[in-house]
Amino acid sequence: MARASNPGISKKSAAAFAEPQGSGSDNFSLRSLQDTLESDRRYQATQEELLHLYEQMLLIRRFEERAGQLYGLGLIGGFCHLYIGQEAVAVGLQSALEEGKDSVITGYRDHGHMLAYGIDPKVIMAELTGRQAGISKGKGGSMHMFSTEHAFYGGHGIVGAQVSLGGGLAFAHKYREDGGLCLAYFGDGASNQGQVYETFNMASLWQLPIIFVVENNQYAMGTSVKRSSAETEFYRRGTAFRIPGMKVNGMDLLEVRQAAKVAIAHVRGGGGPVLMELETYRYRGHSMSDPAKYRTREEVQGVREKSDPIEGAKADLLKLGVTEEQLKDIDKRIRATVSEAADFAEKSPEPEPTELYTDVLVESY
Amino acid sequence: MSTDEGAGRPMTMIEAINDALDIMLARDPDVVVLGEDIGFFGGVFRATAGLQAKHGKTRVFDTPISECGIIGVAVGMGAYGLRPVPEIQFADYIYPGLDQLISEAARLRYRSAAEFIAPMTVRTPFGGGIFGGQTHSQSPEALFTHVAGLKTVVPSTPHDAKGLLIAAIEDNDPVLFFEPKRLYNGPFDGYYDRPAKVWKGHADAVVPDGHYTIPLGKARTVREGEALTILAYGTMVHVASGVVESLGVDAEIIDLRTLVPLDIEAIEQSVRKTGRCLIVHEATRTSGFGAELSALVTERCFYHLEAPVERVTGFDTPYPHSLEWAYFPGPVRVGEAIERLLAAD
Ligand SMILES: Cc1ncc(C[n+]2csc(CCOP(=O)(O)OP(=O)(O)O)c2C)c(N)n1
Ligand SMILES: [Mg+2]
Repeated sequence: MARASNPGISKKSAAAFAEPQGSGSDNFSLRSLQDTLESDRRYQATQEELLHLYEQMLLIRRFEERAGQLYGLGLIGGFCHLYIGQEAVAVGLQSALEEGKDSVITGYRDHGHMLAYGIDPKVIMAELTGRQAGISKGKGGSMHMFSTEHAFYGGHGIVGAQVSLGGGLAFAHKYREDGGLCLAYFGDGASNQGQVYETFNMASLWQLPIIFVVENNQYAMGTSVKRSSAETEFYRRGTAFRIPGMKVNGMDLLEVRQAAKVAIAHVRGGGGPVLMELETYRYRGHSMSDPAKYRTREEVQGVREKSDPIEGAKADLLKLGVTEEQLKDIDKRIRATVSEAADFAEKSPEPEPTELYTDVLVESY
Repeated sequence: MSTDEGAGRPMTMIEAINDALDIMLARDPDVVVLGEDIGFFGGVFRATAGLQAKHGKTRVFDTPISECGIIGVAVGMGAYGLRPVPEIQFADYIYPGLDQLISEAARLRYRSAAEFIAPMTVRTPFGGGIFGGQTHSQSPEALFTHVAGLKTVVPSTPHDAKGLLIAAIEDNDPVLFFEPKRLYNGPFDGYYDRPAKVWKGHADAVVPDGHYTIPLGKARTVREGEALTILAYGTMVHVASGVVESLGVDAEIIDLRTLVPLDIEAIEQSVRKTGRCLIVHEATRTSGFGAELSALVTERCFYHLEAPVERVTGFDTPYPHSLEWAYFPGPVRVGEAIERLLAAD
């Protein structure tokens, strides 16, 4: 997944690395970005912009619903983590990035982040079904997908590991002076891995262009946040490292988009890392087999009814004058795209057994 | 072998492990059970179901997702005199805790001249066959057998799982207890396209009531035979048995049960008798535990061997998402190796 190589480090960039900021007398304020967000919470989207974001969220929802069905039919095996309920997070944040320039990295609940970055649903679905045409030739599966073209760095099954990799991506952006930043996603559960904090420290020490994003969907498998975390306000967890935090309603697309704008301005302005906590909710089980004894049906139903991100965006669209007819057309189009992806994923052949031995090392052996 | 072994009843491997933990929690107030999702939820494979309700939240408790911390605190608990039984949800997630296992748990006894010990048992499901891909299927046992100061145990039946787990918990050294997850609910023999077998009705699924132990370092002869020796552990014991049965070969199958300490006498005795040796494991081949076995057999039985030692193992690649059955060292590859060994002279 290495990007094209560049000549070595320039003088300017060397200077930027030479003196870590440390805890000088600069007036670090945990809530500075939060205050900015609160002064103006929602992004003013044009009708066209909002339609596009709505369409992306709907694509994720329908794609995931179909993945769930294919799993039920036995076409997808093993582990498969659906993103339903969390759509506004990936779409709201990534729509504010420069695709192909800003890097994105996440854990195993990754389908939504890929779709939000414009990666072809066909090759994602074919990876889920383990086919040769899948984006990782069927060898990675649902949790392990990558695209250098889109600067999407995976797709990682080991909880929390991607956060440190994100630190490295951010370092490389700074080293190369390419103006890019890294968006590193992880869960409320992953927030308790030690390496997350090692990375916070390095990112702040070296003032790396990175946005750490905690997708707080309230549960890590069957463990609720309060049963596993001493500090449940995740946006505060950067304080000890002098990383400003933001707490964002992850169910409101326009608030997410606005928060992204604030955070990105800070990072691109050379302000160093930001820690965002996005409050969200997963509607489905953790993976495909989940007895869901850790929460009530009413709890799930309550979130769906009161704060569904897609319904929220729909209401905003109607206010902007979009018609029900237009929305129906979008839904139809998305359903067709998803069906096409599912057909493709079902009909593509499995990899040849010799494929087992490719891409273990650079050379074959 | 047993202390107060009772009559017994059929159990799955999960039930047998649960029973062992239950008994040890009841017998020894120093035993604590901890891990991700093991308390309230009862474990992703249900191995700890009901234990928190019965023994309370201070003895059976959930941890954050912090493998390095989980193993590290277990070392400290053990040094102070407790007997922690941490669960690492899948063996694939043990790597963040490697430093604590290798630098601390394994060496505490040696560097303190036995002033401090780490009597802990790390339970962890391992192995493939469940479409888990590269982060839910690995067999990393050789990483641990390579480290002096750790014991490594792999049960293959409900009966053994309970007796070995109790022995591991009572043992005063750190033990890695690898549970072949594909055997949790039935004796999987590698014939993935046939109906799944269940433990009920299997002779080794009868688990004695109450407390009993199986000593660490004692192999089990699954089947006696004269034509060749098959050394296996975990899921591969059942794969080997299935193949031997279907080929009608007079093989002797030895289930190692514990890799460290290793029952080298049992191995030596068998290979000296048969003169042919096949080693089977799921883990990748290069520097796998089979390499150690092969070296030992060659060193100790060289003049009795009638054919080169054979190994059937996982390929030297990460565990794939697709093509699981091409990767898994199943009946076809084991059968071919048996035939090669018998044909050699
Ligand atoms: C190192 C490691 N430990 C444990 C697991 C098993 N596991 C997979 S997902 C998960 C829960 C993670 O929860 P969270 O970070 O909140 O993300 P979410 O699933 O809610 O998106 C666990 C414990 C793993 N994959 N890797
Ligand atoms: Mg979560």
